[in-house]
Amino acid sequence: MTTLVYLIPVALFLGALGLSGFLWALRSGQYDDLDGAAERILIEPDAQNDEGGRPD
Amino acid sequence: MSCCAPGAEMALEVAAEAAASPSSEEIRLASRSLGGDIHQTDLSVPTVHCGACIQAIETALGTVENVASARVNLSTKRVSIRWHGDNVPPFFAVLGRLGYQAHLFDPEIHEKDTTLSELIRAVAVAGFAAGNIMLLSVSVWSGAEGATRDLFHWLSALIAIPALAFAGGIFFRSAANALRHGRMNMDVPIAVGVSLAYAMSLYETINHGEHAYFDASVSLLFFLLIGRTLDHVMRERARTAVNGLSRLAARGSVVLRDDGIREYVPVTELAPGMRLLIAAGERIPVDGDIVGGNSDLDCSIVSGESAPKAVSAGTHVQAGTLNLTGPLTMQATAAAKDSFLAEMVRLMEAAEGGRSRYRRIADRVSALYAPVVHLAAFATFLGWMAASGDWHRAMTIAIAVLIITCPCALGLAVPIVQVVAARRLFEAGVMVKDGSAMERLAAVDAAVLDKTGTLTLGQPRLVNAASIEPDMLAIAADMAAHSRHPFSKALAIYGGARARTKFDRVQEEPGFGIEASAGGDTWRLGRRGWAGWKARPGGEGRSDGIGGTVLAKNGRIVACFAFEDVTRADAKAAVERLKDAGIAVEMLSGDTARACGEAAGAVGIEDFVPALLPSGKVERIETLTRAGHKVLMVGDGLNDTPALAAAHVSMAPATAADIGRKAADFVFLRESLLAVPLALDVSRQAGRLIRQNIAIAIVYNAVAVPIAILGHVTPLLAAIAMSASSLIVIANAMRLQSTANAAPEAAPARRHTDVVSAAHP
Repeated sequence: MTTLVYLIPVALFLGALGLSGFLWALRSGQYDDLDGAAERILIEPDAQNDEGGRPD
Repeated sequence: MSCCAPGAEMALEVAAEAAASPSSEEIRLASRSLGGDIHQTDLSVPTVHCGACIQAIETALGTVENVASARVNLSTKRVSIRWHGDNVPPFFAVLGRLGYQAHLFDPEIHEKDTTLSELIRAVAVAGFAAGNIMLLSVSVWSGAEGATRDLFHWLSALIAIPALAFAGGIFFRSAANALRHGRMNMDVPIAVGVSLAYAMSLYETINHGEHAYFDASVSLLFFLLIGRTLDHVMRERARTAVNGLSRLAARGSVVLRDDGIREYVPVTELAPGMRLLIAAGERIPVDGDIVGGNSDLDCSIVSGESAPKAVSAGTHVQAGTLNLTGPLTMQATAAAKDSFLAEMVRLMEAAEGGRSRYRRIADRVSALYAPVVHLAAFATFLGWMAASGDWHRAMTIAIAVLIITCPCALGLAVPIVQVVAARRLFEAGVMVKDGSAMERLAAVDAAVLDKTGTLTLGQPRLVNAASIEPDMLAIAADMAAHSRHPFSKALAIYGGARARTKFDRVQEEPGFGIEASAGGDTWRLGRRGWAGWKARPGGEGRSDGIGGTVLAKNGRIVACFAFEDVTRADAKAAVERLKDAGIAVEMLSGDTARACGEAAGAVGIEDFVPALLPSGKVERIETLTRAGHKVLMVGDGLNDTPALAAAHVSMAPATAADIGRKAADFVFLRESLLAVPLALDVSRQAGRLIRQNIAIAIVYNAVAVPIAILGHVTPLLAAIAMSASSLIVIANAMRLQSTANAAPEAAPARRHTDVVSAAHP
């Protein structure tokens, strides 16, 4: 019983984390162009002027 | 140059005809301001289809002066360009050089799809809740007892609250809306079942009860929302594809003010009395009279006449016609809201018949289903009250009946089939506007086809090339290359790589033809009376419309050209397949009886009615409807639009007028008319699967309800039964996809009988 006291909050927190992550991705437009995202990884970053060329 | 632009899967070669680039004023009108002097323009580029396309377009547009950024969306096949400054950068020229056709579209379509994001958010919340509650439920089912069970029930109750409020809200609102209008839909039993299950479970939890149905109520919402989201995505995709087609109505026009100033004015602000300048290649924005200039007008989209009409000062012109050869000055006689176009919209609204009366299968089933289920639950309650007198037990069992009959399978039975069917049609280039269209199409027994633009392409073709001297044909072809008149385009094909005639001077006389001089000879290609001024009147050949085009050397006729409208690819095969499917096929047209007779003969249609006004087409369809027929209308012109709305179900090609595309239930993007029988086949097959699914759902209930009424249902049993029935229904719907995958190439050529046997293996 005592284990439940922290295990259940942990489980719910992780679930909520996943949910909020998904909602954030949705809001930031990552689901707007699923086909394009799949192709964009093949584009050389230095050939781009404003996309994908972020310095890091 | 791009590797992939030409011939891409969605390429709309057919749209190329109307694709004169819009003027920069028009682009400015269609763009929206983002504050400061930054503007955003969204273009539809249907031929974008791979990573190389994205890179080519973004790099090329990024280097254009004044362009801040360009971003391609591959899913919706759009490009958004942000630019600043006063002059519109030349997007269309840049894209054209890369080999991409671009179209502007209406500003109001820019709005983000809020329904979709709401649905996806609801699915996410319901999925989170369903997963966690199911986790807790499994431990209860595996033997958690006493305080632990209560704790788990309380947790489930808490997790279910946001799911019910947020995800359930979609169903509650729809159910409330239906009840307010005195109707029944599938959402009413869903809403009642879910909320009663929650209330009862909460009561059980408070009283330390054994059985709680939180998992059932939330996973039910989750399953149904998945179906609803898929349905929405499919329709949205069709809508996007249709909206991305080039606009065939003018967005604005250049107005010549009294003080000589030229100004670009949006169509809605044009007033009678204004003088408008219409360049060659533009559409007439409002009804009016020509006051200056000569030209030819393409009226096919307005009246269905395939031959261009010569116009000059004094001619009355209708909104929507395309100015082909020369610049015109016209005086508007009506505002846009009183023009021909608006009249068609009014006729269309008046004609809206079949579809508003149509009730979807799901709604018809639920109108019977919901009362039966609710009565059964109520009877169970009364029965257990009478038998045991324990109201708590009676209530628990009655609610178990409601939960087990909650139409999860029934709610999925229809949309899931329609999603699979719409996807299959989408792959074949047919866009379906909504699910009810497929249900209506499955029921048709008569088809009415328009001639110009539907059975034919509305483009003339030279038919007597064999009887013309090759030299003369080559000269005519070289001259024709200088004009955009449809007859010239048909002639220019015969030029190509052959020896070129050297002309000193070529000049187009709008409304008459082309004049050229070479080595002291004057050649004229055009109207008989104008080109052959030395020939005696009524000479060889037909002098009317189609036979009236001649080539003359110094005023003497040396060759006559006869043109005929090109029949759409596979029109004959499509008509045959419709007849095989038991459909009575008829042709209605605004064109002359002779042109109709030729076209009807070419495609094998016996019944046709020529020279019909738009209202005549509607009357004909209404007559057929009164005779008990369910009519499919296929048409493209403005004059077909009221008929499209009047018919039980309607289809339009991608080349149709804007409002025609909006009025039609199906829009097909490819040139082949075989899309019509294909859509019919798929719809009938889908109808069969829907009926099977409903039968499955009813059989499931017939088994489950007695068990529930006898009081043997536990939450575990309910969860298993509900998921199992949903999975069976989904698996059955997928059979539609598998038959398509088995023979994707053969699909268009398959005959109806094969499809029937494929559906009943």
